[in-house]
Amino acid sequence: MAIAIVDYGMGNLHSVSKAVERLGYETFISSDEGEILAADGVILPGVGAFGDAMEHLRQSSLDVTVQKVAAGKQPLLGICLGMQLLFSSSEEHGTHEGLGILPGSVVRFTGGDYKVPHMGWNKLQYREENSPLFTGLVEGYVYFVHSYHVLPEVKTDVLATTDYGNDVTAIVGRDSVFGMQFHPEKSGELGMNLLRNFLKLTGKPSKEVRF
Amino acid sequence: MLAKRIIPCLDVKDGRVVKGVNFVNLRDAGDPVELAALYDREGADELVFLDISASVEGRATMIEVVRQTAGEITIPFTVGGGISHVDDMKRILRAGADKIGINTAAVVNPQLISEGARRFGSQCIVVAVDAKYNQAWGEWEVYTHGGRTPSGIRALQWVKEAETLGAGEILLTSMDADGTKDGFDLPLTSAVSGLVGIPVIASGGAGTSEHFHDVFTSGKADAGLAATIFHYKEMTIQDLKMDLKQKGVEIR
Repeated sequence: MAIAIVDYGMGNLHSVSKAVERLGYETFISSDEGEILAADGVILPGVGAFGDAMEHLRQSSLDVTVQKVAAGKQPLLGICLGMQLLFSSSEEHGTHEGLGILPGSVVRFTGGDYKVPHMGWNKLQYREENSPLFTGLVEGYVYFVHSYHVLPEVKTDVLATTDYGNDVTAIVGRDSVFGMQFHPEKSGELGMNLLRNFLKLTGKPSKEVRF
Repeated sequence: MLAKRIIPCLDVKDGRVVKGVNFVNLRDAGDPVELAALYDREGADELVFLDISASVEGRATMIEVVRQTAGEITIPFTVGGGISHVDDMKRILRAGADKIGINTAAVVNPQLISEGARRFGSQCIVVAVDAKYNQAWGEWEVYTHGGRTPSGIRALQWVKEAETLGAGEILLTSMDADGTKDGFDLPLTSAVSGLVGIPVIASGGAGTSEHFHDVFTSGKADAGLAATIFHYKEMTIQDLKMDLKQKGVEIR
């Protein structure tokens, strides 16, 4: 089997799937529960608004599918909005319920001296050095684009933060569930290596390419 | 804190890079995909493709370039040039571009900014502004159609309006500085940066690493864009970034 990229009608699936393929894994884009549950690993991408995304997921019952993935052993990675969707709720344009896989809420940047969206390259600070995602990797810059950020309720779910006025949640993880607020597929060598470390959790080796 | 971004710009016509490119280690120096991958490896933080094709076929070719580039590079990229409708934006974003640059079409029809922002998010919409100092006004004027047509619109007023309409970024080209290699237009850049709350990419006039340093500090720009100096290898991105780091600029 291969890596399933969940298609719920939002976001740019092409770049993510190409990045995964370059790391030596087969991918398929799917909105079929059976296929997704049979994959080696699952990626939940996402660009757009939280409420729309949840509505799309619910319409195709993919919300339940993703919750099943999270409850099982398949590694799951939410990227950008895909990470935010893993949490309990968001205040983006009203209050919306999320997938509730991890406890916490999604709130807007308050701005002040800092421009919103938080867009560009910012440096990761690892909070849980022993996470398998960080094996062999030193802290460096990754590419963020977001106006809302996650406030997880459980401190140990935060694997990495970045400094944008305050500590902003950059990577979350618990058991086999992970989320990256930035775009690993757009974050140069470090982004590709973080993605590679996630993919290795499927138990399959990656292709040793350099970027 | 965000790192300051270094952005090479590639002019593409009918799927080929135009404007002399001087890379000896490329199989095909006119191939935008290969050049994009090279800049990615050299440490570019982002890329801009400016499609200057005039024909329908040329534009169709660009979609293919975008698709291939998206699969080859690991950094974000913007595509601009001749985009006048949200359907054009959709096609390019679907092919894998991260952002869309709009210039003349936004001046003619400012609703294109809000429509694009609503459909795809502000972060996708880069409003490109070509500005030239107007002596009589004592401030800068917006030019359209590749810098050929004065619009009668004040640049400072326009960038503010673009932000209000939902632009996610301003790509600001100084027509006075462009091509001079005497440095970015610091008064223009700092005036725009001070006025808007969205990132400003400064363009036009880059010749040395000192120029980038100045535009990031006194110009308050978030990113610096250049074409010729990178294409002709007058400066490598690696050297530029190392130099800026030594000067204390936050660089990836």
